[in-house]
Order: sequence, then C-alpha cells, then structure tokens
Amino acid sequence: MLEALLFLPLGAGCIILLGTKAMCRVLLPLTALGHTALAAWTTYAVGTGAEPRAMNGLLAPDPLGALFLMLASLLFLAASIYAVYYLREEDRLEVHADIHGGPGFTNAPQRRLAACLCFFLSSMTLVTTTPHLGALWVGIEGTTLSSAPLIYFHRHQRSLEATWKYLIICSVGIALAMVGNILLSVAFYTPEGMTAMVEGMDQLGWFVSHARAGEETWLKAAYIFLLVGYGTKMGLAPLHNWLPDAHSQAPSLVSALLSGALLNCALLGILRGHQIMLAAGLGGFSGGLLSFFGLISLVTAAIFIVGQGHYKRMLAYSSVEHMGILALGIGVGGLAVSGAMLHAVCHSLTKCMLFLLSGNILARYHTFSSYDVRGMRWTMPITGALWMAGFLAVAGSPPFGIFISEFIIFKGMLAADSPLLAAAYLLALAVIFVGLSVAVLRMVQGNRPTDMPQTLREPLLSVLPPLVLGLAVLTLGLWIPDWLWNFLRKGAALVGG
Amino acid sequence: METALQSCLFLLMLNNLLMLGSTRIMWLIRFTAFQGILLAGMLLTMEHALLAAAVLLIKGALLPGLLWRTRNRLHSHHRMRPRMHVAVGVLAGMGGLVLSLWLEARLFTLPALFPPLLLPTALTTLFCGLILVVGRTTALAQVIGYLVAENGIFLLGMPLMTAGTTWFELALLLDVFVAVFVMGIAINHIGNTFESIDVGRFRSLRD
Repeated sequence: MLEALLFLPLGAGCIILLGTKAMCRVLLPLTALGHTALAAWTTYAVGTGAEPRAMNGLLAPDPLGALFLMLASLLFLAASIYAVYYLREEDRLEVHADIHGGPGFTNAPQRRLAACLCFFLSSMTLVTTTPHLGALWVGIEGTTLSSAPLIYFHRHQRSLEATWKYLIICSVGIALAMVGNILLSVAFYTPEGMTAMVEGMDQLGWFVSHARAGEETWLKAAYIFLLVGYGTKMGLAPLHNWLPDAHSQAPSLVSALLSGALLNCALLGILRGHQIMLAAGLGGFSGGLLSFFGLISLVTAAIFIVGQGHYKRMLAYSSVEHMGILALGIGVGGLAVSGAMLHAVCHSLTKCMLFLLSGNILARYHTFSSYDVRGMRWTMPITGALWMAGFLAVAGSPPFGIFISEFIIFKGMLAADSPLLAAAYLLALAVIFVGLSVAVLRMVQGNRPTDMPQTLREPLLSVLPPLVLGLAVLTLGLWIPDWLWNFLRKGAALVGG
Repeated sequence: METALQSCLFLLMLNNLLMLGSTRIMWLIRFTAFQGILLAGMLLTMEHALLAAAVLLIKGALLPGLLWRTRNRLHSHHRMRPRMHVAVGVLAGMGGLVLSLWLEARLFTLPALFPPLLLPTALTTLFCGLILVVGRTTALAQVIGYLVAENGIFLLGMPLMTAGTTWFELALLLDVFVAVFVMGIAINHIGNTFESIDVGRFRSLRD
C-alpha cells in the first residue's frame, strides 16, 4: 500500500504528461482522491500503533511523517478540485493581459502543470514517509524541481524571475542540508557502526538509538547545516527571500500547496535533525537555535506585513510568520510542541483556503494590489465572507483553530519559564493582526464598484474547496476530536513534546 | 594510489582558483568538465569503479555538454560581467582555502576517515562554488557555481561511501543532473524573455 502511495501520483503524472487536456482534468482529482484514501489508511494504521513498512524499510512513516503526509494529501485534494475550475477558466481566456501593463503572455501547457503537480505530490510523499535522511533529501530536491515549472506556469517576466530565484536559492540551500547529512554520518563514524547502518534503511532510527555515541562538535555542526539548508526551503527569516516572490507569482492553487504542504515538508527535515539532537542530549542547543530563528521570522513577517499592498505577498509573509511560530513552539519544547503540531494542521488548512480565495479575487479584479480591491462583499459575497473568515482564522482570532494552537504555544512558553519570549511573541502577533486587518477590511468593505459587471455568479468549484477548509479550521477551534489530539501528541512526543 | 589521490586533490584546488579568475563562460565550462574527471579519478583510487564511471559520464561529459549547448543557443555573452572585480573573487577563494585549512586543524577529525587534504579541498570547492553563485550575475555562471558547490559536497561525502550505498549516490547524481537540466531550461527562457542572461536585471520583485 505504501508503494502505491508513492507510485500512484508518479504514474498518473507520466500518463497526464502524454495525455490530453480533458484527460488531465479528470485524472488529477481522481489521483488526489486515491492518494487521500491511501494516506488516510496509512495514517490510521500509524495511529493505531501499527508500523507499516515497504521497499525494504525505505518507506516507514512514523506519527510525525504521517501527520504531514495526511496534510499534504488533503491540501492536494482541495487544490486539485479547484484546479478543474482554474484550468477551465484559463482555457476560456484567449488573451492573457499582464496585470502590470507589460506585454501579454502565454501559459505553459496545462498537462505539464497537472503532471508536475502529481510529481510534486509524489516527492512530498517520499519526504513524509521515509526514515532515510538521504532519501528525504532527494525528496526535498524533488519538490524543488517539480514545483519550479509550476511557478512558471504563466510565462511572463516576473514569474520567470521568481522561478529563477526559487531554483537557485533553494538548490543551494538544500545542498547545504546535504553537508548536514554528511556531517551527521561523520559524527557517528566508526567502521563497525557504518557496517551496521547500511544493513537497513531506518537511518533515523539508528541515529536516534545511537545518539549518545555521536561526537558532539560534529553533531552541532551537522544540525546547523540542516537548519540553514532546510530552513531556506521552509522560509525561516533571514533565509526567506525566495518565498514572497514565488508565492506571489505562482498560480494560486500552486501557492496554496507551496505554503500549506511544502513548507511543512521542509520543517520535517529540520525536525528529523532535532530528534537526533534531543536523543543525544543536545536538545537545548537545537531548541535554542529553532527559537532564535522562529523569533526572527516572526519579527521580519511583522515588519513586512504592515503596509504590504500586494495581497498575495501579504499571505506569503504570513507563512513566514507561521513557520516562525512553529519553530518557536518546537524550540520551546514541552506543551508548546503539541501546540505546534496543532498549529501546523490549522495553518496548512487556513493558508490553502486563503490562497485559493486570492485566486478568485485575482480572476475578478485583475490586480494584486489590496488598495484596488474594493467592495468584495458586493461583487463576490461568498469569497468575500470566506476571505474575512480566513483572515480571522490566520490572524489567530477565536473561535478558529489557530487561536487554540497559538494559545497552547503561549502557555508552553510560560510553562518553560520564558516570559520575555512570550511577551515578544504576543507583541509580534498583535502587530501582524493589525497589519493584516487593515488590508483585509479595506478589500471586503467599501462601496459596490460601478465598473464591474453585477451578475457574475461564483462558480461552485471555486468556492467549495476553500469553504470546506474554512469549516475544518472552525471545527478545530470549537472541538478537537480525541483521536486527533492523541495523534498530535504522539507526533509531538517524537520531538520533545 | 595515495599519491594519485593527493595529485587529484591538488589539481582540484588549483582548478577552483582558476575558475574564480576566468571571465569567459567557455573556460568555466571546461574547468567544470575537468572537475568531473578529477572526481571520477579520485573515486577510482578509492576503488568505486561503478560510481567513477557514472561520475565521469554525468559530471565529466553530460553536464558540461548541457551547459555548452545552452551557451551556444544563447549566441551571446561569452564574457561575463562579475558583480565584483575578478581579483576580489580569487582573493575570496584564497580566503576560503585558508579558512578550510584552519578548520581542518581545529576540528576533531577522524584520521581513518578523511585522507590528508581531502577535507580542506572539499570545503574550498564548496566555498568557491558559493562565491561563483553570489559573485556572478550571469545565470549560466550561477549554475556552474551550484555545480562546483555540489562537487565539493560530493567530495566531502566520498570517504563515507560504502558498497551498500552506491545506489544512493547514483540517485544523488541523477538529482543534480535533473537540477541542472531544469536550470538549463530556465536559462533558455531567461535568454528569450530578457534577451540576456544577466540576472542583475531582475528587479521587478521587491518589497
């Protein structure tokens, strides 16, 4: 079954690449459905204590991996349903006019977009299910390569610029993560040890169980490289430069996946290193570094969100913020780690919802500027209401799930006796709330624009996926099922929770 | 075998500094190919014949060939405009070399694992690659910089390779190959869209 999880999107991608446009619109949601079913089965098995393994142990998800796998799969399902609407609309447009007044542009073939989406899912599946750190690296590199053509779907200068930045910054970053992997092996090097290691694929398990034998200096150096390498991909400030560009230029459904699923995968790379450091008794060192980068990300996001006129870039900086919160939660340890796990779930769902909605807004208003979008409650009432709800959710207002997770992380900080950190955290959150609310309220409120057609209906497929995601975040704010909380606790237990 | 390995390492170090000093894409591509051949030679001295053949094919022939093809398609910009003076780049490379030697002396290394000179050479190669990525504004030179950095990392991992993980190193090589392939396609698009591969012109996405 685990093999199917990996190869289903890979195979579907190959078929789509050779197929027709109509075929890709049918196969994409079908692949997503199949993958979600398999991922749910895998997550259930891991949750009930079974240890599914495949390919000689290359695929053997633990609760942490299964959580991120399920998230990636659910988001992909939502994005693929939205993609059916999106691709149909793109087909309908005969001329693509550049929003910034530049020359018109063309799109890449739709089947290439659909195929790369499938390859992207397959890479994320490898990242989340493997305990082999090298395979995890290959998976993350795979996500970069399969998502670069996705960012360059609209072939104009700005998306090309964003794609190039993304490719170079992330590739060099991931190369540094490889140095981290090598140094990790050096830290544990003994001729006998290496022989034992190559017998199985469970490299992570081996490192964790032999962590005390690792040489401290090399372990610390390895973790720094892993953090910088995967941190670049995760968008931790000051390594986040590619993120606002790529997220703002990619088609909205791609931004949704990049922000909601890909950043989690990069976080997983860092968490694997953190697991080893905790087992080696160096949790204070790795946790401290995580908290430091988390706080920097939070402050950077606060600075750039205030006064941000480009609403997709604003969402991208909000991702930098939430990655910072996740890093902080995990760095602090204890109760905050469980909060961080819940935060990862809620953030992914909310950010996917918001990016899909931003696609609807872009399609109707043809502008990236939040100053030029007015009266959404008149022109697109469902999107407007969801955009408002999404803002409340992402800014951490009750009764949405992010409020609960941010509150648990705050409690964790107080329990860990870090009042100054907690104060800085609250201050940054307050600044971000104000920054976000100014832009969002301006877009939703205002008079009915006179120059827009009044009768345009909102297609069901464009609002259904964000609506479902929004309801899920709302539900998580009101009631967290026991089985979910237990599962999150299991994942948190692996990284010091 | 030991002498052959040391000679290869010395040549690689020299090659790195020459790369930093060259302003012509043509020479950069030739030096990249030479690096690939040297890496394959080193693998051979460590008795990894299969991997040596793969490295020779991919890093010594396919990747430089791909870069060569991209350069010819662009028909222009045989001379690159570095962000900083070439001498600064070479000096930075020398600084990287000194830093690597200092690090080797400082770090607690395992004598059985790293042959002499391997660790500082690998680190210098990594630094030189990063200097090329940051210091050049031509997209093609940045890709070459990425490749050089990868070569440094590959060299760093070489002593850890054992027969059981050869397949994995092959997967790595393939990954790098695909990465450069994708970057090559992107460069072609950049050349067509901007009529230049000077990434210094990328100024539209800023806060």
